[in-house]
Amino acid sequence: MTAITQIRRNDQPIYLDYQATTPLDPRVLEAMMPYFTYKFGNAHSRSHSYGWEAEEGVEKARAQVAKLIGADEKEVIYTSGATESNNLAIKGVADFYKDRRNHVVTTVTEHKCVLDTCRHLEQEGFTVTYLPVQQNGLVDLDVLRAAVTDKTVVVSIMAVNNEIGVIQPLAEIGKICREKGAFFHTDAAQAAGKIPLDVEAMNIDLMSISGHKIYGPKGIGALYVRRKPRVRLAAMIHGGGQERGFRSGTLPTPLCVGLGEAAEICMKEMDAEAVRLTKLRDRMLKGLNAKLPEIYVNGDLEHRIPGNLNISFAHVEGESLMMGIKNLSVSSGSACTSASLEPSYVLRALGVEEEMAHTSLRIGLGRFTTEHEVDTAVDELVHHVTKLREMSPLWEMSQEGIDIKSIEWAAH
Amino acid sequence: MTYSAKLIDHYENPRNIGSLDKSAEDVGTGLVGAPACGDVMKLQIKVGADGLIEDAKFKTFGCGSAIASSSLVTEWVKGKTIDEAETIKNTDIARHLALPPVKIHCSVLAEDAIKAAIADYRAKASKKDESREAAE
Ligand SMILES: Cc1ncc(COP(=O)(O)O)c(C=O)c1O
Repeated sequence: MTAITQIRRNDQPIYLDYQATTPLDPRVLEAMMPYFTYKFGNAHSRSHSYGWEAEEGVEKARAQVAKLIGADEKEVIYTSGATESNNLAIKGVADFYKDRRNHVVTTVTEHKCVLDTCRHLEQEGFTVTYLPVQQNGLVDLDVLRAAVTDKTVVVSIMAVNNEIGVIQPLAEIGKICREKGAFFHTDAAQAAGKIPLDVEAMNIDLMSISGHKIYGPKGIGALYVRRKPRVRLAAMIHGGGQERGFRSGTLPTPLCVGLGEAAEICMKEMDAEAVRLTKLRDRMLKGLNAKLPEIYVNGDLEHRIPGNLNISFAHVEGESLMMGIKNLSVSSGSACTSASLEPSYVLRALGVEEEMAHTSLRIGLGRFTTEHEVDTAVDELVHHVTKLREMSPLWEMSQEGIDIKSIEWAAH
Repeated sequence: MTYSAKLIDHYENPRNIGSLDKSAEDVGTGLVGAPACGDVMKLQIKVGADGLIEDAKFKTFGCGSAIASSSLVTEWVKGKTIDEAETIKNTDIARHLALPPVKIHCSVLAEDAIKAAIADYRAKASKKDESREAAE
């Protein structure tokens, strides 16, 4: 393992937003470089060595991606990212099988690109069931089982949630789908490379992957499409018939190579990295709990990827906290803008009270996070949460024993 | 989002944080906003015998713009009569701090907070007058 301890420059803030995106691993960049320069051929050119060389790179990468999820390389097609993969998977099967089945099942905590795709299908005449999740963020399997009918074409449930990092029971979901004859699609943008995935053991028929969430480049992703039993899709992008006709267009060779290399590194380092990140996450949580009362982790802590924390700091508004912790790049669970006073729909779906949702931060740890960075982050968070609580009327009331819910607040 | 230097200064060095005795007769308290909406302001004024606001304190739960807006108005109201303080407009606050359009509601809330504090002070004062009349 190459020892890379830091990827940011010293004048940059500490990056703790690994669910938003990840930096490109320098080893991935190294693998990509020849394909930006002298190996510039079109992977679809059959008549000369430039084409063959590019094709070799693209196909090796396809096998690397396939291996990460226990698939055959013929079942992996390249896309521009998880957004496109999700669109193609859900719209593609819905469209292809529309004469027989017209129902889609998903959950309320999916990424916007799944929810929006489902909304689109509703406009096209499909029926969509949006399953609730339990307080810990996981779907209730009995509720799922009851929702799937003989009209259900696809069940789309994300492997890992991007805000709270919880891992859905994929194998159990896959089993239910198989029993009911519905396809199982999973958005694995946040899961691939972080937790073991096996499309066979989990009965997954379609899986979306994103390059930039696994230390690969942005603008590339993959869709796994099962061949046995065969899953058919209507194409979204028509043209030269590349990628088994599912997705036409000249492949971006360097990006494909980068995705493959990124997948291979994740696979090799997954176990050790999970142990390391769990330690760092526990260290952060312990550090915060030691000095800050009334902080709450949103979402299940056990069924969760190691690199995610989503914490409500009671009585401190998230955006003001982010403004204070200038040296930390995290993301807030609330958006205090006049256009959207709505806090995160994911947290709301867990039953987190609106006022609590406004106090939450998503903290993402990853490959280049160090113990020193975690300690610095804890110090900054403790300092600013304490400072903001001193100026919070809600904190004052709670210290005086006043129940905030007993007050009649003006509607906004 | 980029914020003005004035806004950042009020966020980083907020003026007049704290609380006054809300049961005191010369103190008016305004509590506006709602936790579910992500902002709550408590603004208090203490009115001297000469009718001038001699002290003002605030506590705010909300974004940086909400904190800065309430900090700013505590500065502005000090030394003013309550009638003068009542004329402070949200647009003045927004202009002074160069609030981005999505944060205008923070200045509206700050204006509401002063008005609520003044109303509370007036209600107490008139009650005092009534009880004095009743005693006579
Ligand atoms: C769960 C999930 N799905 C899909 C996406 C979209 O991925 P991409 O940026 O590759 O289109 C993201 C990233 O924001 C994500 O977290």
